[in-house]
Amino acid sequence: MAHLEVDLVAADRKVWSGEARMVSAPAADGEIGILPGHAPVLAVLHPGAVRITPTDGSVRHVEVGSGFLSVDDDRVTVVVDSAQDGAGAASTR
Amino acid sequence: MAGQQRVYRQRIKSTQSLKKIFRAMELMAASRISKARARVTAASPYSRAITQAVSAVATHADIDHPLTTERHDTQRVAVLLVTSDRGMAGAYSASVIREGERLIEQLTAEGKEIALYVTGRRAVSYFTFRHREIVAQWTGASDAPTVETADEISETLLEAFLADASEGGVGELHVVYTQFVNMVTQTPRVIRMLPLEVVEGVATEHDAVPLYEFEPSPEVVLDSLLPRYIQSRIFSCLLQAAASELASRQRAMHTATENAEDLIRMYTRLANQARQAEITQEISEIVSGADALAASS
Repeated sequence: MAHLEVDLVAADRKVWSGEARMVSAPAADGEIGILPGHAPVLAVLHPGAVRITPTDGSVRHVEVGSGFLSVDDDRVTVVVDSAQDGAGAASTR
Repeated sequence: MAGQQRVYRQRIKSTQSLKKIFRAMELMAASRISKARARVTAASPYSRAITQAVSAVATHADIDHPLTTERHDTQRVAVLLVTSDRGMAGAYSASVIREGERLIEQLTAEGKEIALYVTGRRAVSYFTFRHREIVAQWTGASDAPTVETADEISETLLEAFLADASEGGVGELHVVYTQFVNMVTQTPRVIRMLPLEVVEGVATEHDAVPLYEFEPSPEVVLDSLLPRYIQSRIFSCLLQAAASELASRQRAMHTATENAEDLIRMYTRLANQARQAEITQEISEIVSGADALAASS
């Protein structure tokens, strides 16, 4: 099955990277959900929660500051000022 | 004569304690530098992602943004000097300042007016001592810069760049910092950061650059992207400068430790010589005294 290659980077570190089934993020005009095969998009993000559903394991919530998101050929790059891991997952610092 | 020996012993003792300090500073710099280099590496995915996004926008949309257009309404240019807070780093700050002075001279020759922005106490004291005006300064964290500092610096500079000519707006931004090449080589560099020159050829790794949709619109995306780009460039300059500072300090302190060892060796020889001379003299005094006694009796 097709999957997304996700990179979530903050200004001073890489927060999360790996394969995922779905990514949803707080875009400027409302929540944006990315599934495999999404058209290339470059979106501005507002502060809020990014949800990543990895191919294995449970959903990760990451509280992020403002930033942007780019999707290109099933590669998703979420670039934010700051990120705070929520929901139990240990920070990948 | 015993005085001579005592003086040497004192010098040896004080040089030994200096050597301890130098050694400690060398070790401190060495342990911090690996952290600083890790931070440079940790920040690079962010700047790479931003650069990629900027070049993607550049290839797709007609860029017409205040940050990319040349300004002709003002002769003021901003110069940002990145130096260290503390000395003990050899020629580190001096060479950045020298490079900055060269740039300032060149810009002044072109008829430009300089607005100085500096980070690091060394540059602040250098310019205040010479009664040169500093528009804004940031001090206190030159060896471990934070994202917040970079934010503040880039906000201040962008504000100046976007301000009206009458309100002290600047037409260009140059950054002077020290590039960290490797542990032995750090070179002072000057880059012109604003107005931005968008390099369109960056996207060569993807042969066909995809047609992006912009959310909500290309203008808004660019608006949020470019300041972020500047911020990340400034942050990476600060990080490089911090790594360079620590590397220079480590090297300088290493040399200082070696020099202290040399001095200690030299003073030990001199002290031994003085002691020997004293003994020789005492013997000859005793012998001649005994001779004189023997002759008189």
